Amino acid sequence: MATAVLDRVRTVPGSRERAGDRLFRRVIAGFAGIILLATAALAWQLARESAETWKTFGLTFLWTSDWDPVADVFGALPFLYGTAVSSLLALLIAVPLGVGAAVFLTELAPKRLAEVLMFAIELLAAVPSVILGLMGIFLLVPAMRALGAPYGVGMLTAGLILAFMILPYITTITREVLLTVPRPLKEAMYALGATRWEVVRGVSLPYSRSGIVGAVFLSLGRALGETMAVTMVIGNNPQIKASLLEPGYSMAAVIANELAEAASDAHLSALVAIGLTLMALTVLVNGAARLMLYRLGSRK
Amino acid sequence: MTRIPKFLAFAVLLAAPAAAQMKTVNGAGATFPYPIYSKWFDEYHKVKPELQINYQSIGSGGGIRQITERTVDFGATDGPMTEEQLMKTDASILHIPTVLGAVVPAYNLKGVSDLKLSGPVLADIFLGKIKRWTDPAIVKLNPGAALPDAAITVVHRSDGSGTTYCWVDYLAKVSPEWKTKVGVATAVKWPIGLGGKGNEGVAGLVKLTPNSLGYVELIYAKQNAIAYASVLNKSGKFVKAAIPSVTAAAAGVKMPKDYRVSITDAAGAEAYPVSTFTWMLVYEKNAGDKGAVLKEFLKWMLKDGQGMASTLGYAPLPDSVIAMVAKTIETIK
Repeated sequence: MATAVLDRVRTVPGSRERAGDRLFRRVIAGFAGIILLATAALAWQLARESAETWKTFGLTFLWTSDWDPVADVFGALPFLYGTAVSSLLALLIAVPLGVGAAVFLTELAPKRLAEVLMFAIELLAAVPSVILGLMGIFLLVPAMRALGAPYGVGMLTAGLILAFMILPYITTITREVLLTVPRPLKEAMYALGATRWEVVRGVSLPYSRSGIVGAVFLSLGRALGETMAVTMVIGNNPQIKASLLEPGYSMAAVIANELAEAASDAHLSALVAIGLTLMALTVLVNGAARLMLYRLGSRK
Repeated sequence: MTRIPKFLAFAVLLAAPAAAQMKTVNGAGATFPYPIYSKWFDEYHKVKPELQINYQSIGSGGGIRQITERTVDFGATDGPMTEEQLMKTDASILHIPTVLGAVVPAYNLKGVSDLKLSGPVLADIFLGKIKRWTDPAIVKLNPGAALPDAAITVVHRSDGSGTTYCWVDYLAKVSPEWKTKVGVATAVKWPIGLGGKGNEGVAGLVKLTPNSLGYVELIYAKQNAIAYASVLNKSGKFVKAAIPSVTAAAAGVKMPKDYRVSITDAAGAEAYPVSTFTWMLVYEKNAGDKGAVLKEFLKWMLKDGQGMASTLGYAPLPDSVIAMVAKTIETIK
């Protein structure tokens, strides 16, 4: 019975389909199509609105660092740099912490404690980013200054806030994949006399590698696009400085800051061009994640 | 089943006459005058219950764009439209000054309660040329003050803003170097400093950073009890921003016919030098009876509205300007 129904829904060429089924199939295919259409429309609109910038500056827009709304000269490099560096800093801090926490939660913590901790972590994931930004301003910035940073706000502070923000994602997802590691595999290792560390390193982590990579890229995507919390603590100065304690700027932050008052068309167009670049960057990151997961999957 | 359509028909019957009588006028623009504008539209609605004026505070840039594209009935801006912007529409757009505001240098210095600064010194600080509080130029203006031997942390707006426009317009007038190196706009390329989003962002950074100097709107500084410096005006007097000194700045400027005038660095002994008008932007010729409606409102704004300005921290227009604007309003059709 069930297979007969399935056969009709997935139409085999030449087979007959009931009118209702056909209608349903087309309607839901339309729904799925809307997603593609919306993405394409977004990219097209961004490209159209930023055409002036690409015409004036060409691709040099991406690697020049002058941002002068008075002279209508625009270059996106400081923002690209700020987004990349703050996001990578966040990963650098959050990945070891998150994976470590997940190992503790699955392998070491007593069940009750793990449950309480998981609840707290999920709560952390639900904190709106503007609240984290406020926390950054009132706690992290004075703390950074007390530790010797000249301003308190800056690239490192932004990285720390972002790390805090993506930590729950990495921990939750990594824990979920660690829980899928088959018990017999681990028990076989223990039976061979392996220590807990050897089991984690030799079985659990390699088994969940693709899931952890997925978690990392998901977090990276979120860090790249984060706006409020970053703009509140990064210092909003489009410069490229070697020191992480100096203020910087990010792509999402400059759009949020300057869009409302962009007086000239060239300025507006340059901000949209940054939006398009940010979108391209996230597409690239997601593409890279897919490719990596595919490679990892096929190696197994 | 039949109850719902009946109910709907009843609702439509009730709503139809109301909708026919209710007039709406839509505007958008500057955030700085939003509190006084919403107060005015509210009060005016009480006078004329059949008229509803909506105002979206989306920023001066957005206000100029929307009035140019005619998606709103009036715009609002803190910086006058440029020739280039006015050229984009062949219809004539009027700048109607409504109230005045000021921008103040907010600072965070322990033990200094009455800081005094001058335009050239402010420009040099924001250019990064004066780096320390003990710079001779600052010490000279503040004899005897306990200035710390520390670096100045400069804070500016990171978002484009009419406040920034007023501030850099002043710096450009008093410093040729600022004029050529940085220029005047709602967002500029800052030579140094930290960026804070909005008045609250700048004020937050100033409050939290010892030995910092930023700029915020006068109203914001007052409401939040932020220390701000007096500024040396053109007549050589130190003036602390307050409602009378801002109105005095407007009175000391020769008003052009189109009202597109900057009143920073104004003459007059009492004038506070970092002051600005804020304008409503209306078309000279409007579709339907919108022109008549706007005209009525603007008349009311000059007569009754001005009195509400100072309670909200805005400086009312000087009498000379009110008389002039009253004539201009008559040309709106």
